[in-house]
Amino acid sequence: MSPVTRGFHGRRRQPEGSEGRIPPGQYVTEDFPVLSAGPTPHTPLDQWTFSIRKDGATRRSWTWDEMRALQDETVTADIHCVTRWSKLDTQWQAVSIDTLLDQVDQDASYVLAFCDGGYTTNLPVADVTGGQAWLAFGYDGEPLEPEHGGPARLLVPHLYFWKSAKWVRGLELLDTDEPGFWETYGYHNYGDPWREQRYEGD
Amino acid sequence: MTAVTSETRAVRTIALDLPEWPGHRAGQHLDVRLTAEDGYRAERSYSIASAPGEPPAITVERLDDGEVSPYLTDELRPGDQIEVRGPIGGYFVWEARNDFSPLMLVAGGSGIVPLRSILRHRERCASSVPVRLLYSARSLADVIYRAELDGQSDGVEVIYTLTREQPEGWTGHTGRVDGALLAEVAWPPDRLPLSFICGPTPFVEAVAAGLVGLDYPPAQVKTERFGATGGR
Repeated sequence: MSPVTRGFHGRRRQPEGSEGRIPPGQYVTEDFPVLSAGPTPHTPLDQWTFSIRKDGATRRSWTWDEMRALQDETVTADIHCVTRWSKLDTQWQAVSIDTLLDQVDQDASYVLAFCDGGYTTNLPVADVTGGQAWLAFGYDGEPLEPEHGGPARLLVPHLYFWKSAKWVRGLELLDTDEPGFWETYGYHNYGDPWREQRYEGD
Repeated sequence: MTAVTSETRAVRTIALDLPEWPGHRAGQHLDVRLTAEDGYRAERSYSIASAPGEPPAITVERLDDGEVSPYLTDELRPGDQIEVRGPIGGYFVWEARNDFSPLMLVAGGSGIVPLRSILRHRERCASSVPVRLLYSARSLADVIYRAELDGQSDGVEVIYTLTREQPEGWTGHTGRVDGALLAEVAWPPDRLPLSFICGPTPFVEAVAAGLVGLDYPPAQVKTERFGATGGR
């Protein structure tokens, strides 16, 4: 239990209808803030591919057009950033990661998502399958903007949003877990917002 | 909280006495948690303004529609207790031993805070790494740490650009940071500079893209952003 802060009352209560949807320590924003560790990359679509790799070898790869020809869906999800903003009912156009992994014969336990700009993030396979994760290329009916991760980013809404890697270019299949970028800089390895797993040791 | 210093009309530096503070690195941030009597709590992250080895301090800009910053700038008094967690973050960090790369620091508004920690760290370590700081502020009165920045020692060039209002006779830069200004003041890429950019998102996007346009390798351009939502 936290000590009461003298003279603090708080202004921003959670909006109506959001009960049970805001993880602890989060507040709802209408904006879409941007957080990245470096410059925004701009990969032309004719050079873009999405690859699934194992031990450095590409097991399956899609060009942009091949990816866009896959079955896609509209995903509505609440997203939660470790910097404490949550955004409700975001709408994405996306291909399920199940659809991609189904085309590869694999039994990996973890994936390391890799991205333009060198960013990586690690996830258990159990968290990117079963209709829980997507490759998102559209937001709010428009192509996904580069500063929000376009042309395509991961969407894993049940984990803190740094796991939804921007500018993603593929998944490396792993038998043992390997921390990604923020996970080596003091952030939590798994990142469940409902258990407030923000930082290492939470 | 031990002391508050007024930096500008809307900005205060808040000194903290944290007996269990493990020490921080230049560029890291900390989390502040405020708890109301009914148990409601609000938490935000703030960049650490002091150098490693100095007592931790944060510099906070009051956002009028914010929830935490008006409390910290207007209500908090010396002797009051707040909950703090940190230090946090290990990427937007400069170590004095990285002295083979000149530093290109670019600040927008209160984005100067973690860069000031870097400057103080450099001075305390007697590092001779050359630094250029490009600082974009609305007006001279909005420049945070102005006396300290104007008193920088050899090897640190401070370049201001004033975007909204300039004093009479101002001969410095005006307007937003763009590719032309960066080309004029940034280290040439063949000096292998390491750059740290901090400010609001559109500012950081523009500066980072500008430096990459000058052939800075993206991996040598570190960014830290704050949104318009009172995130900091």
